[in-house]
Order: sequence, then C-alpha cells, then structure tokens
Amino acid sequence: MNLSLQGIYDPALVALIAAVALGCSGIPGLILQKTGIGQIIAAVTSILAGLAGVTAALQMLFSNTTTTYQLQWNLPFGSCELVIDPFSAFFLLPVFLVSAAASLFAVGYWPAAEHRTTERGLTFFSGLLASSMAILLTARNGVFFIMVWEVMALSAYFLLVTEHEREEVRRAGIVYLIATHIGTAALFVFFSLLAAETGSFTLPAAGSLSALSPSAAIMALAAFIGFGAKAGIMPFHVWLPSAHANAPSHVSAVMSGVMLKMGLYGIFRTLTFFHDPPLLWGAILTVCGITSALLGITFAVAQRDMKRLLACSSIENIGIITTGLGVSMLGLSSHNTTLMYLGMTGALLHILNHSLFKPLLFLGSGVIIHATGTREMNLMGGLGKGMPRVAAFFFIGTVAICGIPPLNGFVSEFLLYLGFFRQIKEVSLVSLVLLAPLLALVGGLAVVAFTKLYSSVFLGTPRIPSTAHPHEAGMTMLVPMAVFAMLCLLIGVVPQQALRLVSPAIEAIYPEMISTDVSAEFGAILWRLSQASLLLLSAVVVAALLWKWRMGKNLVSITSTWGCGYQRRTSRMQYNGSSFSELAVSVFNGIMRQRVERPDLDGLFPVRSRCIDAPTETLLERLIAPLFNGAGILFVFLHRLQHGLMQVYMLYIFATLFILMLWAN
Amino acid sequence: MTNSIIHIFLALTMPPLLLGVIGKTKAAFAGRVGAPFLQPYYDIIRLLQKGTVFSTTTTWLFRAGPIVALATTAVAALLVPFGAHPAPVSFDGDMILYAYLFALGRFFTMSAALDTGSSFEGMGSAREATYSCLAEPTLFFALITLSRLSGKFSLSPMLINISLGVWLDTGAALLLLIGGMFIVLLVENCRIPFDDPNTHLELTMIHEVMVLDHSGPAFGLIQYAAALKLFVLGAFFIHLALPYATGNPLLDWGLFIISMLELAVVIGIVESVMARLRLIRIPQLLVAASILAAFSTLLVIR
Repeated sequence: MNLSLQGIYDPALVALIAAVALGCSGIPGLILQKTGIGQIIAAVTSILAGLAGVTAALQMLFSNTTTTYQLQWNLPFGSCELVIDPFSAFFLLPVFLVSAAASLFAVGYWPAAEHRTTERGLTFFSGLLASSMAILLTARNGVFFIMVWEVMALSAYFLLVTEHEREEVRRAGIVYLIATHIGTAALFVFFSLLAAETGSFTLPAAGSLSALSPSAAIMALAAFIGFGAKAGIMPFHVWLPSAHANAPSHVSAVMSGVMLKMGLYGIFRTLTFFHDPPLLWGAILTVCGITSALLGITFAVAQRDMKRLLACSSIENIGIITTGLGVSMLGLSSHNTTLMYLGMTGALLHILNHSLFKPLLFLGSGVIIHATGTREMNLMGGLGKGMPRVAAFFFIGTVAICGIPPLNGFVSEFLLYLGFFRQIKEVSLVSLVLLAPLLALVGGLAVVAFTKLYSSVFLGTPRIPSTAHPHEAGMTMLVPMAVFAMLCLLIGVVPQQALRLVSPAIEAIYPEMISTDVSAEFGAILWRLSQASLLLLSAVVVAALLWKWRMGKNLVSITSTWGCGYQRRTSRMQYNGSSFSELAVSVFNGIMRQRVERPDLDGLFPVRSRCIDAPTETLLERLIAPLFNGAGILFVFLHRLQHGLMQVYMLYIFATLFILMLWAN
Repeated sequence: MTNSIIHIFLALTMPPLLLGVIGKTKAAFAGRVGAPFLQPYYDIIRLLQKGTVFSTTTTWLFRAGPIVALATTAVAALLVPFGAHPAPVSFDGDMILYAYLFALGRFFTMSAALDTGSSFEGMGSAREATYSCLAEPTLFFALITLSRLSGKFSLSPMLINISLGVWLDTGAALLLLIGGMFIVLLVENCRIPFDDPNTHLELTMIHEVMVLDHSGPAFGLIQYAAALKLFVLGAFFIHLALPYATGNPLLDWGLFIISMLELAVVIGIVESVMARLRLIRIPQLLVAASILAAFSTLLVIR
C-alpha cells in the first residue's frame, strides 16, 4: 500500500501518521529481548503521537478543513478513501488523548517487571486498538471500515482477556466476543445493503440517500443494532459491565472512554447519509437513549464492584448522548433549528466530556485496585488519607460525572435541558419537555451512585486491615489523572470555548443546523453560565475565608468521631456502600434487586455465619439469560462440526466458497 | 441597583428570622412563651465564637462541606427573585443552574458526613441522597409549568409572571403545583413531617444527623446555610402561593417580607399539628408530589 498525496502538507497527514505510529508502538516490545524497554518505547511513542494527533485534530477543527486521501489497494471493493473532516477530527481528539494517557499510566500500573508474561501482548494490542480506532474514523469504504472495525473489536478482546487465568475474565471475554460479533453481523447486513443501494462500497455523501425507501428502514435498523451493540445502548448493553470490569483499568479507560464512542460515531455517521429522516428514527433513538440513561444509572447505584459501577454509568452516559442525538433528529424531522442545534451540541459535548471524566475515574480505580488488591467497595475505606492526590483527582471526576456545576458534565446536560425547555414554546413535539424531569432523576441517581463510590473508597476508616496502608500513586499514574481533571475543570469553567470545538464538527455533517444567530445566542448563554461558575467559585473562597478567620480565633482540638456515647466502635460498623444504596435500590425494586441471602438465626448464641448480598438485574435474569440458554441448547448440534481438526475447517471454507461461486454464477 | 443591594441585604440578614418565627409559632401552639425571635441569630453568633473539634478520621472534604453548602445556597439566593423584584443574576437557563446548585451543596454535605466514618451520619446521607433524588423531578415539573405559563426560560421572569390574572386562568394547575412544591419545600429543608430539625438522636434523622460531627464556626455556617436554603426555597414558593404586587418598589419589598413571615407561620403550624411520618412513607409522598406537579404540567401543555 502506498499513500498518494492529493493535497499539500496538512494536519490530516500528521493525524494519519500519528495513528499508524500508535499501531506500531507495541512492536519493538515484541522483538526486544530485555523486559520493560518495549513498554517505555510504546509509552513515549504514544505520547508523542497523541500530542501530534491532538494538535492536528484541533487544527483541523479550527480551520474547518476536510482532507481526502486515496489508499491504493488491490482488493475488488472499489476505491478506498480516507477522509478526515472536522466531524472525524472531533472524535479523533479523545482517541489520541485517552490512548496516550493510558499508555503512560500503564508504565506504572502494569509494569513489565511484574507482569512479564502479559505486558508485551497488552502493550501491543493497546497500540493496535488506538490505531484502529483512529483509522476507523477516517475510513470511507464499507469493506475497509469493517476490516478496521474487526481489528478494533478483536484487539479489545485480547486486551480484555489479559488475566485469562481467572474464570470471571474468560466469561466476560466470551460474552464480549459474542456481543461484538452479533453487532458485526448486523454491520455486514448494513454495508451490503448500502452497497446495493449506491452501487459501490464507498460510503455515500451526506444527505444522498432517501430515508423513505423500504431498504432505508432495514439499513437504519441494522446500523442501529450493529453500532448500538458496540456503544452499549440498551437493550444491547449486556456485555458491557462485565467486560469493562474485568479488563485492566487503563484498558477499561480506553474501552469506556473511547471505544464506546466508535459505536456512536457509526450511528452519527450513518444518519448523515439520509436526508429527511422520519420522526420515528429520532423517537426510537430518544426512547432507547433515555431508557439506557435511567436503567444504566439504576444498575450503577446497586453495584458493589467499583468498576462495574463505572461501567454501568457508561451505559447511562451513552444513553444521555443518544437522547441528545435522538432529540436532534426529531428537530431535523420537524425543521426545528434550535432543537437540532441544542440536541446535537449537547450530545457531542457530552461525548467529549465523558471521554475525559470516565477515563479519569477508571484510571483512579486502577490506582485503588493497585493499592488494595480488590474491586469490592465494601472492603475499602479511608484511602483518602494515604493517597490525597488521587482522592482529589477522583473527586473532580465524581463531581463531573454527576453533571454538577462548575464541572464539564453539567455543561452538556445544561444544553440538553435548554433544548427540552425550548420545546414548550413550539407547536409540535411539546411533550419532549417531559424528558427534563427524567434527566433530573438520572442526575439525582448519579449523585447517589457516585457519593456511594467515593465515600466507600476514600472516606471513613479502612474496613479491612489489608487495605489500611495505601501509598500515593507514582508520577506516571498521577500525571494522566491530573490532565483529565484539569480538562474537566477547564470545560466546566469556560464552556463557551468548548462550543468552538463542537460547532465545526456539526457544521461538517449538518450545515443546516448551525446558523450564526443560534450559535451566537447560546454562546452568550454559556458565557453567562461561565460567569455564574466563577461567581460560585468566588463564593466558595469567601465562605472559606470567613470560616478560616473564625476558626483561627478559637480553639481547635482533634479527637475521634462522636459515637453517641458508644465506646467500642469498629470500622466494620461504618455505613458501607451497600448499606448506603439500599434505600435507593429498594425504591427501584422492579428493575434492580439487592438479593440478600442470610442464614436463619436460632438459639441464644448464634454461631458464626455468612450473609451475602448481591445486586441482580431483573431484565438480565428474566429475559436475556434464558434466551441465551435456549440458544446454547440449540447450538449443541453445531458443536459436532467443531472438533479442532484444522484441515476439516479449511475444507469448510473451501466448500463454502465453492457453493457461493456456483450460486453467484 | 438599589433593588440588588436590598436583595443581597435581605438574603444576608433575614433567613434566621424565619427560624425564629417558626419556633415562636410552635411555642404558641404548645402553650409556651418560646425563645425570642432573634434566638437563631444569637445561636449562630455564639457558634462562630466557639472552638472546633475535628475527628481524626476526617479529611479536607469534611472541612469543605459546610463552606460549599453555604456558597451554593448563596449563589442560588442571587438567582431567585424576591417578591416583585427581579433577581440580581438572571439569564436563560438559570433555573437549571438553580436546581443543580442544590445538588452540588448536597453532594458536599453528604460527602462531609460520610467522611467521619460514623454510621449515624452514613444513615443520614443515604436518606438524604434517596429523598432528594426523588424530589428532583417535582422541581423540574414545576419549572416546566412556570416556563410554559410565562414563555420565559429564566427564573426571574417566570416567577414574577405569576399574578392574580394567571391564577384566574390556570388556578387548577397552580394549585397542584403548590401542593407538590410545598412538599419539596418541607423535604429540602428537613421540616416535619419528613424530618425534625430539632432532633438528631432518633432513627428518623436525616439532615441533622449528617452534621453531627461539625462544631464551632463550621456548624454556625451550616445553621446559617440551612436558614438561607429555607429562605431561598420559600421565596420561590411564595411567588406561587402569594403572587401580590403593588407596583411601588418599597411597598413590594415590605410585602415580600410579610409574605415570607407568613410562610414561616404556616410552616410552624404544619409542624405543630402534624406528626413525623414513618420513614417508608416518605418516598411514597415524594412520588405523589412529583405526580401532582406532573399533573399541573399536563394541564398547561395539553
């Protein structure tokens, strides 16, 4: 393959080179004999590539340019174009940023010296995953897209099963593999239909297809299943919690912060192919989105495993983004410029925000696991004292993910709320305003989930002795967290600047959504919001000074927490994560249950016994698990064809090709 | 400008008076003389002069809790119009900021409580978290109704818009809204029948128990912030319940002060004649409040 340059030198080329460099970053480690050097080479390469890539993507966004390259290949699927438009450039930002941060984090978190057997593969596939995601965003040929998509999906699988000696991890890997291939199967349908419609595998230009033809509905549905399965939109979310919980933490950060967004990118991109989408499409996206948000966060509230909680909250955030997209599509169908603009801006900004605070929290969870050796929140506690910096960065991430001012999560939700409220004055689709209380409920539940997470990990006293003496993380782990925390704060305090990143991306796919009036109006509102945030910060400073002044004048003494007169308290008497969320979970009993198995107590002196409580998903247990069990019974017959004889497998391939050839002729 | 100064002055000085009035009303019902109206002020000043006790378990969050709770309530006070006068800070979408500012304050209060590692305080924050998340939709339904009635997206115009004329047109919707919002007012400010601000040693405790370990100046800030929160939510509420305006700026300020005092008397009466609810009843009542507010929204957007 060679790249034939069509334009002059530009940032797009830098981005492509950075993407390829990411993919190659793990190769030296595979070849070099000495342990550890490969990982450092990979980290340095990724950081340089990440810096170059982020700069290039920003340049492309601000200059609002589109660059096209032609990839020379000999495959019979038509020409293979690589296009970077501002919309792709917007998605490239998190890809480069998060993968660079994760590779730096890996040096401290997964040191080659301690993980001799797994480190090489992990480093290699991390690079490959990042690279495939970056290239995916530029691919404009259906076949090439699927190829890169599979590279991405499989690299993620190999990363996920890094600790394959644990059964839990292998199970999560299998579930992920099945889910991602159901998605890929749907994408095969989608791209084949698309090729049949347009006559070539080159992806169609924006707005070139009619949304009203019968095949359009099937295409849209196939794309929704295929991409939705990757993004984790309900009801395709089943694989997500276990996969994200069982991968090494910096991999979870990339998977949750970036890879889910590739599914969303696919949905966004597919929608641009069609002009005049029917109302139904927007409605489906909105309903699926808000359901994912509500149920996702309800699941998160009940979790005991720190990383599962974070994974469930990813479902919630993807739901919020999908709601924004759905609302925007409804605006497009009903020719409502404001709704289109606010939905799309909110959705895209939330994509960016989620790829800042979620990796921050996943990296933080990595540090915590490193220090305590467990993911179980109920066993932790009091870590804030030993690792104050990690605690502070993690706290910023928690406030941001709850969508609370003055951090970035609030800004994107604010735009969505504005969009919902504006519907009040419209003639049609007034009922969209009812999304506002639902989003508020999601926000309230997020506060429950993340107070639980933060408090049971960092606050109080250590619940078991083995987690009692944590050490502050090393610089390689702290720096990536600090970068994310700063960016969260920055977008929260100057949201009007973040709008400048989003606007060119929208303009590239829906030029009709952006008008100078609308963007000036909401730019001004965000500017007022930024002033209010500064006002809030100064109010905090004033209150702190007042308190400091009064406290300085009086006596300060240090003692233990007041136990209401009880002297022999132990740290196990603290409210733990499960007890904190019990009340909230009991309110949402239908969809989420806290299953408690407690032994009967009898006799005057009950003997030592165990009480187990586990969160269970009603939907998963009642509907999806039986479905797959049924499928498993059916597939027993297929098992006979699968016996591990390589030569027979090759015969299968040959026979299939032969039959297809006969059929085609 | 003058109005903004009066606004800030009232927000700074008047809130503890409401607590005094509530206390006096309750005393009158109980046949006691009761503490003087200004007692809450004395309490706060006394606390500001006292020493502080910190638990060894706590971190910076415990110290930040009261500070952020006060700061968020103070900023929220700048967003709500007092009586017929617009608020000093007002922009499109400020009602969302208003709702989320309380979330920020609550987040810090709950974290500060959990920082002590005391199971009492953990219990309080678990309840606070659940109840406030159920109360959230009610506020948003109310905001939708108000914004539909006024066609505005900012607190000041949408609240000042409510007048006797609007009441005559959409009385039913506003009546439902008052029901829902009064429940939210009582829950958010931890009043009977949901919580009792005077006790923290029983199993019904919510807010008071979260601040069990705070002492001295920090506790003073908490007391003041709680009074301010009652004042801010009350100012929101009286726009719905007592929408009078004379047109004379000075008279309107007087009217606002009187309305707030009336509200304090009403809360005092409710606290005197009602018993505290059982804990399991509270979520049910909160959902009922949401549904009341949702009805009012349906009535105006149909």
